[in-house]
Amino acid sequence: MPQTATTRHTALLDWHRRRGARLVDFAGWRMPVHYSGVLAEHRAVRERVGLFDVSHMGEISVRGSGAEAFLQWLTPNDVVKLRPGRAHYSALLNEAGAFIDDLLLYRFDSEVFLLVVNAANVAADLEWIRSHLRGTVSVEDASAATALLALQGPRSASVLAQVVSQELDALSSFGFFEGAVAGVDGFVSRTGYTGEDGFEIYVPVEAAVSVWESLLAAGSDDGVLPVGLAARDTLRLEAGLMLHGNDIGPSTTPLEAGLGWVVKLHKGDFVGRRALLRQKEEGVARRLIGFELSGRRIARQGAPLFDAGKPVGTVTSGTWSPTLGKAIGMALVAVASADRGSELEVQVRGKNEPVRAVGLPFYRRPTNPNRRHRL
Amino acid sequence: MSYPDDRKYSPEHEWLRIEGPDGVLGITDFAQDELGDVVFVELPEVGDSFDSGEEIGTIESVKAVAEIYTPVGGEILAVNESLEDQPELLNSDPHGSGWLVRVRLRDVEETKKLMTAGEYAELVGPDGA
Repeated sequence: MPQTATTRHTALLDWHRRRGARLVDFAGWRMPVHYSGVLAEHRAVRERVGLFDVSHMGEISVRGSGAEAFLQWLTPNDVVKLRPGRAHYSALLNEAGAFIDDLLLYRFDSEVFLLVVNAANVAADLEWIRSHLRGTVSVEDASAATALLALQGPRSASVLAQVVSQELDALSSFGFFEGAVAGVDGFVSRTGYTGEDGFEIYVPVEAAVSVWESLLAAGSDDGVLPVGLAARDTLRLEAGLMLHGNDIGPSTTPLEAGLGWVVKLHKGDFVGRRALLRQKEEGVARRLIGFELSGRRIARQGAPLFDAGKPVGTVTSGTWSPTLGKAIGMALVAVASADRGSELEVQVRGKNEPVRAVGLPFYRRPTNPNRRHRL
Repeated sequence: MSYPDDRKYSPEHEWLRIEGPDGVLGITDFAQDELGDVVFVELPEVGDSFDSGEEIGTIESVKAVAEIYTPVGGEILAVNESLEDQPELLNSDPHGSGWLVRVRLRDVEETKKLMTAGEYAELVGPDGA
């Protein structure tokens, strides 16, 4: 894509350029796709630690005495049960119960929340939120002021520990704390999009370069690498994590995507609930599956799937899995063909290749019994 | 990136080194850099014949797939078998051990339309030179 006048960039663009990153336009942003190479960067995150600039992500603050009730109605997960200092995975759903966006919802205190949303959807999300406002709530787009750096991998905690004063052992998955990171005030959550232990670090854009460089310096002994969007995609796909616009979107519901756990149908009314209740009762017509190819060809987004010659679905994401050493992907498939172990075919450049439906995720990180004592 | 003088170049970012009646075909350093890490190379069978401009195979990288179009017609005499187990040779040594196929040239005249190293370096510009 040509770079247009409207292409935005993060505070780290010059750093990425200087370090020889290959740049790409993604969701209206000029972003690093890789630095040393997608395979090396992928391996760094699985085996050691990697640092991502994902400042293109959007941050929307929702606050006020009515914020909890508003978000409880606007999003499908249970906001009332979300404690301060915790985040959870959730979504904005339309009336059909399908994804306007998926998001992380952070709760700072009883009246202050932050939604972290996909870069491509910030404007649409804001419009949706504002057009549904109820009660005493203020909504603010904090995206332009906020940089987001993701430190991911088995050694991420030992790297982060060098630049924060908090005891990271006490920070559980999806917990977060506010405090200084390399001397800069921000907040840090134990979250990520890679399937590894890791952290997402939110700081003011003015401080993005200095925090980024401090993290790289802190991680140099652990072999930290800057990681681009290409490896972010292979990592998230191995981990079975959805990408909005590929695997989920405005015509896919959480029930079809295997994300029923996000939808708390019995918490009370919320946007999309009626459609989801009906879909649950009637059963879904198609499901998102994982698949593996036996050959080395990659079945990419849009490739059609067949079951005994009959079209049954479409690939939503496909890539080469560096960890498994095989081509993998996700696809939306008619339920009759979606069982684990189903033998299907996918058409890749005019040729049919056998694929097997498998469970998600493709990769689960090894549990480390020593983690609690390592720091 | 530098482009050896001992061969010719196509606008599709392939190189062709002429060795007597044969041509050895590969992709350029610029092309491998554009593709990123290569995970799979699909090559023709020895004995297959192609016209110039025909697709003879594909290169699959993590992020994209690229067709290989032969800039010259002829019969495939050999394919680089090492690429089956080491597709990464295309990234690490595109002008050498990452060669793709050896072709018996059908018409040497077809090689005349190809570019010199200097012309090719100019085509890909300062970022690729």
